[in-house]
Formats: sequence, structure tokens, C-alpha cells
Amino acid sequence: MKIHEYQARELFARHGVPVPPGETATEPAQAFELAEKYNCPVMVKSQVLVGGRGKAGGVKYAENAEAAKILATQILGMDIKGEKVNTVLVTPAEDIISESYVGIILDRATKSPVIMVSPAGGVDIEEVAAKTPEKIFKLVVDPVKGLKLFQARNLAYKLYRDINQVRQAANAIMRLYDCFWSVDASLVEINPLITNTDGNVVAIDAKINIDDNALFRHKDIAEMRDVEAEEPGEVRAREGGLSFVKLDGNIGCIVNGAGLAMTTMDLVKRYGGEPANFLDIGGSSNPEKVVTAMDIILSDSNVRAILINIFGGITRCDDVANGIVEAFKRLNPSVPVVVRLTGTNEKEAEKILKSVNLPSADTLDNVVKKAIELSGIE
Amino acid sequence: MAILVNKDSKVMVQGITGGAGKFHSERMIVYGTNIVGGVTPGKGGQEVHHRPVFDTVAECVEATGANVSVIFLPPQFVKEAAIEAIRAGIKFLVVIPEHIPIHDMLHVRREAVAHGATVIGGNTAGIISPGQANLGIMPDIAFSPGRVGTVSRSGSITYYVADTLTRSGYGESTCVGLGGDPVLGSTFDEILWKFEEDADTKAVVMCGEIGGVYEERACERIGQMKTPVLAMIGGMFAPPGKRMGHAGAIVEGKMGTAKEKLDALAQAGAHPCKTFNDIPEVLKKLGV
Repeated sequence: MKIHEYQARELFARHGVPVPPGETATEPAQAFELAEKYNCPVMVKSQVLVGGRGKAGGVKYAENAEAAKILATQILGMDIKGEKVNTVLVTPAEDIISESYVGIILDRATKSPVIMVSPAGGVDIEEVAAKTPEKIFKLVVDPVKGLKLFQARNLAYKLYRDINQVRQAANAIMRLYDCFWSVDASLVEINPLITNTDGNVVAIDAKINIDDNALFRHKDIAEMRDVEAEEPGEVRAREGGLSFVKLDGNIGCIVNGAGLAMTTMDLVKRYGGEPANFLDIGGSSNPEKVVTAMDIILSDSNVRAILINIFGGITRCDDVANGIVEAFKRLNPSVPVVVRLTGTNEKEAEKILKSVNLPSADTLDNVVKKAIELSGIE
Repeated sequence: MAILVNKDSKVMVQGITGGAGKFHSERMIVYGTNIVGGVTPGKGGQEVHHRPVFDTVAECVEATGANVSVIFLPPQFVKEAAIEAIRAGIKFLVVIPEHIPIHDMLHVRREAVAHGATVIGGNTAGIISPGQANLGIMPDIAFSPGRVGTVSRSGSITYYVADTLTRSGYGESTCVGLGGDPVLGSTFDEILWKFEEDADTKAVVMCGEIGGVYEERACERIGQMKTPVLAMIGGMFAPPGKRMGHAGAIVEGKMGTAKEKLDALAQAGAHPCKTFNDIPEVLKKLGV
């Protein structure tokens, strides 16, 4: 789960990562009041979950409160890569002496947290990694033993030579690791970590991704989820126990198993179609799930045909077939539906499906071709 | 023979008294798996499917000689249960549940390495050595004893590949589900090597998917193997930044694309397959 910068700042502060003051505004007048309160130039920063907001004009410098109000008027309501800005963060503008990068990721290769620091902060870190990899320093942390202060200090020396700043940066790295571990993050990032004219080291940006699977032990963080920033079909699917991702094509897909879903969609593409979505109905064969799945897919006006591919194991084909029949009764789909059900109880399923008279085909490749053909898209 | 499990494995089920544990234990027993007992704290002394239930793993191991464990527990209890099993001397652990916190799996993996245990999962359909033992939730209809091993991040792909191998007469030696999570107990390179050391596995089909680096890290292994490896990768269509069902299936930045993985594997000497239909054809050409 992604959270907004202002929420990540709150979690940083809770764990002692140094963040400058800052508050949110949802109205331009509030931005004006905050800038007046700080009584200095401020940054007005759009709060969106997508990356690249700076380049999209969603982060601006305001000399005074009047300017902050005008900028907030422009930014609030702005569309950044399909996400509407509802909130801005107003924070005193810092006089930046130097910028560096500190991030912690869950590294799959080493199956450990990996801390990455770079003196080249404030820019896209992936670009730094691609162009000047020698400017990125990494440390693999033993998840059982945790991070030691000397390790954090060694990393801090890659960023600063001044002992006062090294100490501050080492502390920030320790606190950040504590935050990473305590909130079950899959990623925490400070880009940039800056030194200001007072010689202080502070985090002027904050990013945290939380492992969805661990939200059960962080009820307060779970409440930070911004449902409005998510695709509506994906929210409905999550509530219905389905795994759904909307795409731009026109062949709707309903499959059981994430792996089979991906492979089915690869075949759609291979035979000249474009998948409209990823949808895994999961291991249970509750007929209601099939109805919900059909409903979500039919609400996408791009869909020209639906392809259902089920391999029955624990999932029983007859249950899925009953779900399909029920979906036809309730939703009366206006596009062709092509079905392949194999495995447990496939014969029973075949009988049940006779009542809705669906086109079928023998192999997986052929059923995919059939769906594309019936979609009428050249 | 088979890898990791066979008819002589002594299998215990952690969470045998729960709904899923009870249901799947029965299926495993009916298949012929040597289930010797189960563990549920607080339910020691009971029986499930005529198998004794113990309060702790250590008691179960002592009384039954169990050396393999299958975990059917709610995800929040997996970490403690897995570490308990590893410390009690279990050498092979199958972690079925989905939605285990990633940080918990980091711990489990470290414990396993420290104690010389092999863990597969989480979020796996399990492992089956056809005709000998079935550990997990895989339906047995797709499988038959034979000479090709499979290793995959996806349960449904495992069934489809096994079904293809069964219908074309090759059959399977062992089918291993690595699991769909980002951090896994075992990865392709480790399982591939076990197949290499198994005299009865004549070829291996490995099925990867988008996300992470486990396929790329298998490349070096494949270069060292005499047993031919066939490779399929799911998610060619997948746009970056979107998670495709499995927690681990996501293209991050430019990393983890299906094309990159398949190209790397082919370069390393694996035989790429585009659809299930390609598998028997490639096997035939290789003379397996």
C-alpha cells in the first residue's frame, strides 16, 4: 500500500527521523494561513500517490502567503497522471546546501533489507543507478540482527565528511531503519536528505510503501489508505475477494490462479488481441465471485468479449459453471462470452453450461483465438 | 526417484485441526502421503483422520519421527510456527498460506539457512512427487509418475504443465511450487540443482513470471546443469508498476520484465517455450 508524503512524514516523525515542520491544506485559504504562520517562503506540494509530480508542476515555491494561496489554487484539483490532487502539503522552504539520497528496500535477491545511500540526491535514483552506479552505496542488513550504529555511520561517511553531519546522518539512517522495520515497510525513501544553512540534516521528502499483508498489525496505518486515488474496479474487486487490475484492451479475462491468468493474457496478446484486465477469482469456487467478476468486467465499456479460463482443482468447474449461469441471468451480458473449464467436475460443468449455449473450443490456444474472433476487433 | 519428498517422508501438518488443515490432510492421506501426525497448540491428545495431534512440534517429532512439515495456518501465525519447526529439527517445510508479512519470511529464511533446512513458499500450492506424496493443495488429477520435473511460482501453471506432461506421456518426477510471494523460502537455482542431482529426472520445466530476479539468478545454475531445462515466463503483456495477483508479480521500473527473463534464460542454455503446447515438442526434440 502506498501512502501520501504527509502521512509518511508523520510515521518518520514518530520514529525520530528528522523532518521539518509542515501541515496539509485542502483549501487555498488554508495554504495562505499556514504560510502566514510559518512567516517565510514555503513549498506547496501536491499529495498524490503517483511519481513524477514535480515534473508535472505539482511542487512549487511560494515567496509569501499570497503566492502560496495562488499556487494552492492552481495545484488543488490538478490532474497528475490521472490522479486528482485533493490535498497539498505546505512546508517552510529550506535553504539547501547539499542533497543526498537514503532508501531502504526489501531485496528479493538477498532476501534481506538493503540500505542504499547516494551523495547524488534530489534526482531520480534509478537514473543515478543506470548512469553513475559508482555513486550508489549499498548495505545488506541481517534482518534478525538488525542495523548497528557503526554500519549506519559507515554509510553516512559516504555522504558527508563533517563529523557533526555524519552523526546526524547516521542517526537519520538508524531511525529510518527502525521505521522501516516497525511499520512493515517494503520501501522507505528520503529523496532528498538535505543539509541546510544551519548545518542541520533533515528529510525534506518522505516515501513509504507498506506491505499489505502486514496491515493487520498496524490498524492506524491501514486507515491511511486513500481509496479515492485507486481505480474503482480494483477497490470493488478487493472487497469481493478478487484480484483485479484494469488494463486498456478489450478482451475481458476471468481466470483462476495468478500464473494462469498471466499466461492466458499472454496468449490473448500473442493471437492479436489486447487484454482488458487481469482477474484472478482465486482458489474458492463461490459462484457469487464469478458474478462479481463478470459485473466488474462488463462495467468497462471497452470490453468486446469475455474469456473465462478455469482449471479445476480445489476449484470445482460445476460451481464456476453455476456462477456463469447466474451471471447471465442477472447481468444479461451484451458481449460474447467464451468459456474453457477443465479439471474437477468438468463434465457436470458442461451440462450446466448447455442452458446458456456458449461458444467453446477444445484447447486453450483455440479458446483464446475464438474470443478474439468474436470480439470483432481486427 | 523424486526430490524433497517421497513415499518414505514422515509428514506432519501444523494446523491440522483447522478447516483447511483438516480438509487437505484428508486429501493428502487418500493420495497415499505418509502423514504421521499434526500440531495445534492447545489440542494435544486429540486425533484427526486417525493421526495424533500434539501441542508442540518437538513432541510430534519425538513421538512420530516426523521430518517434513506442511503449514496450514492463518498468515499471522506462520513465522513462529515455521521457526518452531526448524528449531525442532524439521528439514523440509512447506508453507502454504498466502498473505504472510514479508518481514516475517525474511526471518524464516534466515533461520532455515542457519539450520540447514529447506523451506518452500509461502503462498505455494505445495509439492507433489506423483504416486508417492502430495503435500499441499494440488489436485492430483493432473499428475502421473514420470521423468520430467517442474518448478514454478504459480500453482495453476503447475497444474497446466503437469497436465500437459501427463497427457503427452512424459509424467512428472516431482512438481515444486515455489510460491507467489516476493521473498520465498527457496528459489529456482536451489530447486533446479536438486533436480540435477536426481537420476530419474530427465528434464526440468521451469515456469517463471514477471517481477524480481529469481529467474535471472537461475541462469548460472542452468549453465552448470547437464539436465535440460525448458523455460516459460508469464506476464509478457504486463505493464510496469502493476501487481498481477501474486504479491511478487510486478515489474518495477525496467526490472523484472518477462521478455528480459526469457532472453536471459535462453542465453544461459534453457529452451524457451511460448505456450504449454511447445513443451512436449521441445522434449521430443531433446530426446527426453
